[in-house]
Amino acid sequence: MTPDFQPVLLWSDALLFALLAAGAGFAWWSRRQVQLAVAWARVGRNPLAMAAATLLAFFVLVGTLDSLHYRPRLPPVPGQAAAGTQYAVEVLSALDALLAPLRENSEKTYSAPLATHLFAKETLPGSTLRDFPRLHWGGQHLGERLAAYDGDIARRALLGLTGGLLAWALALLPWRKKLGAGNAAKKAVALTLLTVFLLAGVAFALGQGYHVLGTDKVGQDVLYLSLKSIRTGLLIGTLTTLVTLPLAVLFGILAGYLGGWVDDVIQYLYTTLNSIPGVLLIAAAVLMMQVVIDAHPGWFATTAERADARLLALCLILGMTSWTGLARLLRGETLKLRELEFVQAARAFGAGHGTIMRRHILPNLLHLVVIALVMDFSGLVLAEAVLSYVGVGVDPTTISFGTMINAARMELAREPMVWWSLVAAFGFMFVLVLAANLFADAVREAFDPRTSS
Amino acid sequence: MFAYLVRRLLYALPILLGVNLLTFALFFVVNTPDDMARMQLGVKRVTPEAIQKWKAERGYDQPLVWNAAAEGIGQATQTIFFNKSMRMFVGEFGRADDGRDIAREIARRAGPSLAIALPTFVLGLGAALAFALLLVFFRATALDLGGVILCVAMMSISGLFYIIGGQWLVAKVWHWVPISGYAPGLTAAKFLVLPVLIGVIAGLGASTRWYRTIFLEEIGRDYVRTARAKGLAESVVLFRHVLRNALIPILTGVVVVIPTLFMGSLLTESFFGIPGLGSYTIEAINAQDFAVVRAMVFIGSVLYILGLVATDVSYTLADPRVRLQ
Repeated sequence: MTPDFQPVLLWSDALLFALLAAGAGFAWWSRRQVQLAVAWARVGRNPLAMAAATLLAFFVLVGTLDSLHYRPRLPPVPGQAAAGTQYAVEVLSALDALLAPLRENSEKTYSAPLATHLFAKETLPGSTLRDFPRLHWGGQHLGERLAAYDGDIARRALLGLTGGLLAWALALLPWRKKLGAGNAAKKAVALTLLTVFLLAGVAFALGQGYHVLGTDKVGQDVLYLSLKSIRTGLLIGTLTTLVTLPLAVLFGILAGYLGGWVDDVIQYLYTTLNSIPGVLLIAAAVLMMQVVIDAHPGWFATTAERADARLLALCLILGMTSWTGLARLLRGETLKLRELEFVQAARAFGAGHGTIMRRHILPNLLHLVVIALVMDFSGLVLAEAVLSYVGVGVDPTTISFGTMINAARMELAREPMVWWSLVAAFGFMFVLVLAANLFADAVREAFDPRTSS
Repeated sequence: MFAYLVRRLLYALPILLGVNLLTFALFFVVNTPDDMARMQLGVKRVTPEAIQKWKAERGYDQPLVWNAAAEGIGQATQTIFFNKSMRMFVGEFGRADDGRDIAREIARRAGPSLAIALPTFVLGLGAALAFALLLVFFRATALDLGGVILCVAMMSISGLFYIIGGQWLVAKVWHWVPISGYAPGLTAAKFLVLPVLIGVIAGLGASTRWYRTIFLEEIGRDYVRTARAKGLAESVVLFRHVLRNALIPILTGVVVVIPTLFMGSLLTESFFGIPGLGSYTIEAINAQDFAVVRAMVFIGSVLYILGLVATDVSYTLADPRVRLQ
């Protein structure tokens, strides 16, 4: 018995899972570090932060599901049964499998949210009349009984709300005792969960028969595109830190601790990088990367791999251009720490430079690193949209908020306006970035020694 | 002070040289001029002759850094590095792919760019400072909390949304101003109102919150307590004492804003069809006109370094204790 699918591990998937594992490892490790544990506990008591964290967890869940890639098995061709199992060229993800009804039931072109007819008039088959044709999928179950439309929507919405409420109650059942204690943070989590469950329930119930957020130019479901965009945003926001972090920590500590010509060289390096306007440096690097990718078509077996390589290259470029701020911050802090008694004591005991930097300086900089990481995330998600607009963002075949906005922008002049793709992309992006910003604020407040004293 | 300025400007030379080396490495070492020619010409028309012609037209047919075939000083000057990178120091940017002189084009487009960036910058700074002072005046009240949450929400909205939404609402629904376009002279005002307004609003959330933090840090200092103990009104304390002392961190932050302002105007100019440097850059990126991108990188770095020097000078104006030596 051969399996129904062949797992595919793209480079970005591997890095994302590695990052998730590292994050879990860091969380486990910081539980035993008194100061970090106290700071995290302070974040845990902040209701707004916990609500934001709950939302972020859902985004991460969607992103992770979308990173479990596979190639489905093709149905065996009669007469070729002996040739062995064939797998499709197309790379799908676990999220695609879950959202199969949305992905597979596309329309011809634009249709408004919950519509039953296309957005543009067309000559109907079998007549000379121009009218709005019916959708292939949206509202197809209604048949000719279009009068039942309002009732059908209301019935499905109600069903979705009830389902969401039930699922929420079941999910929280094990914790019902702890919730009664009047803990504001836990209540905030429960309320956020309720909102998410209700919205998901309604979207699920309506999504069985309609395109909840409409369809785009080539008829793809906008809700599906929005959910797929989450992975790209998360990847850009997190993988970039894989580049930023080692550079900033290494150069920042080295410059601050060793001083002298090392400091001069590192300062020269980041002043030079800083002096180039960010977009232009990114644009120049992406243009050049494009030439490299075009010159070596043999490097990538599938389009998914090429798009993936371009996404990773974008993260690399963003990381190379954005480590300077954190490095400067860490250098300044190291300069201060270097003169403190405990470092001098360590030196008096004969500890080497490497040991002092690793054991005595680095742990005292961790709060700055954590703050910078969470603060950078939202900026990177927003930057992706702008860069994709300028034309130096992700591969045009990669689904992202930027490519969605870019595609929808062309239709703004249309009358009446095609607004749903834009609103969906901006809406999802706003919720993601707002949650990240609120969480980052709480983290900064909890970790910053100046505000916590 | 004059000696200081001269020294600072001399320090800028190695940085600009570094910028040049970096762009040179990006444009000519990572990819050979042959690669660029192949990409620009497309796959179909690529013949060795076409590549040679493309390179000769743009002066890319010389050796990269060392011309062994030339005589004397020509060994260093008849190279791509000298002609394409070093000549930028004297303002020779060469020609764009459409044959126009880049330096002249930049001079022509600087005006419209400034007409947007300058009012946006000044009005944005003023509005953010005013709102931050207001929040600090009402600190630890519901107004303050609501204001901060509003700031975070405004920060979380994509800059693209402000532009698209603003264009749709003000120009398309209300018909107050034209959607896009530009005219020289005073008639430009009607084209500039909307982009400036959008620029101010888009930056308001982040900067208000940033200035509020600076003011709050300043307000905990001893001199503020002294001023209050003397019996000064809270408004006098805020405007005379806190604002003045908070100027140094604010001035430092303003320099950070200048490069992002450039990025913002990149989007604004291309959405509103303003023939400035931002739209020039975007067009160059889309057309893959490497000469223009290279020139803009160089000019951006020069402006940034001038901004750093200007910050130091502004410190002496804001704080009489600061002396530049």
